[in-house]
Amino acid sequence: MRVQEVVSALGLHVAAGAGALDREITAGYTSDLLSCVMAKARAGNIWVTLQAHPNVVAVASLLNLAAVVITEGMAPSEETIARAEEHGIPLLLSPKDSFTIVGRLAALGIRGNDESAA
Amino acid sequence: MIPPLIVERALAVGLGAIAVTDHNTAENVPAVMRAAQGRGLHVWPGIEAQTREEAHILCLFDTAEQALAWQEVLYGHLPPLKNDEALWGMQLVVDEEGDYVRTNDRLLQAATSLTVEEMVEGVHTLGGLAIAAHVDRSAFSLLANLGFIPPGLALDALELTPRTPPARFWAQHPDLALWPVIVSSDAHRLADLHPRMRVRLEAPTVAELKKAFRGEGGRSLDLLLAP
Repeated sequence: MRVQEVVSALGLHVAAGAGALDREITAGYTSDLLSCVMAKARAGNIWVTLQAHPNVVAVASLLNLAAVVITEGMAPSEETIARAEEHGIPLLLSPKDSFTIVGRLAALGIRGNDESAA
Repeated sequence: MIPPLIVERALAVGLGAIAVTDHNTAENVPAVMRAAQGRGLHVWPGIEAQTREEAHILCLFDTAEQALAWQEVLYGHLPPLKNDEALWGMQLVVDEEGDYVRTNDRLLQAATSLTVEEMVEGVHTLGGLAIAAHVDRSAFSLLANLGFIPPGLALDALELTPRTPPARFWAQHPDLALWPVIVSSDAHRLADLHPRMRVRLEAPTVAELKKAFRGEGGRSLDLLLAP
């Protein structure tokens, strides 16, 4: 599934990285602790978090993630958005909570890394 | 942890200076400073403040007025919730004798809405020091919550708990080798108070402390081995 399909299905607001929505999503991951994300998320994952700090973009870029969904209406700063544009990382915003977003992603057929590996 | 007992214990274990850093508040700081007056123990007023990313930042100042001014900023960025004593415990404000003054009914066990960048800038504007607290912990730590120290963040030092030998920390984080590292008791009980650092200063001020963190102008900071 491509990032664009998720944006349409979940009604997400694209705050940055509109040019990179054709990326294929390999699996999903969610955590708000960036040290955990760095340890466990995989290339091509869609990452669900309520963190909106600029470090989110650095971690997503480092791991070559497909997209980041920022939940609960958290607003990324101008710096976060600028860095995401620079690195071509889609930042997708939603007022909904992370559980709801993950449930919707799972219903679309996106699996967790642990399921995908099994 | 009432002020006269903190002072007695600190002197008994050979400390010459301590910092008082309650969570998101400085309401008990003036009492500890008064209790230490004339006793040969310097007290740095401070706060352990929580950012919106749920990282703890130690904020140290020279005067109680600065710490209380910073407290008002933090109070303005905390959720308007009341403390539940059954869940979080009592939040008592006491005087220099340790006698009850009032109960702080504000929920202090919460994150402010300030980003870590806003926190550091605000502390510096008031003339204080901003130190990333217990970065070796897995919770409420800038390193765990944000994965790495944001580039360009103007922190004055990183703090380790006594449980992590600095050599092990540097081996795990070679990219942080240039940051000043301090080790403090992180004492939540009197029994936790121990000398953890030896600093050479010309005067007990945060400006001198900053120079000691950087080893500037003959000031120095030595981490002591855990007892």
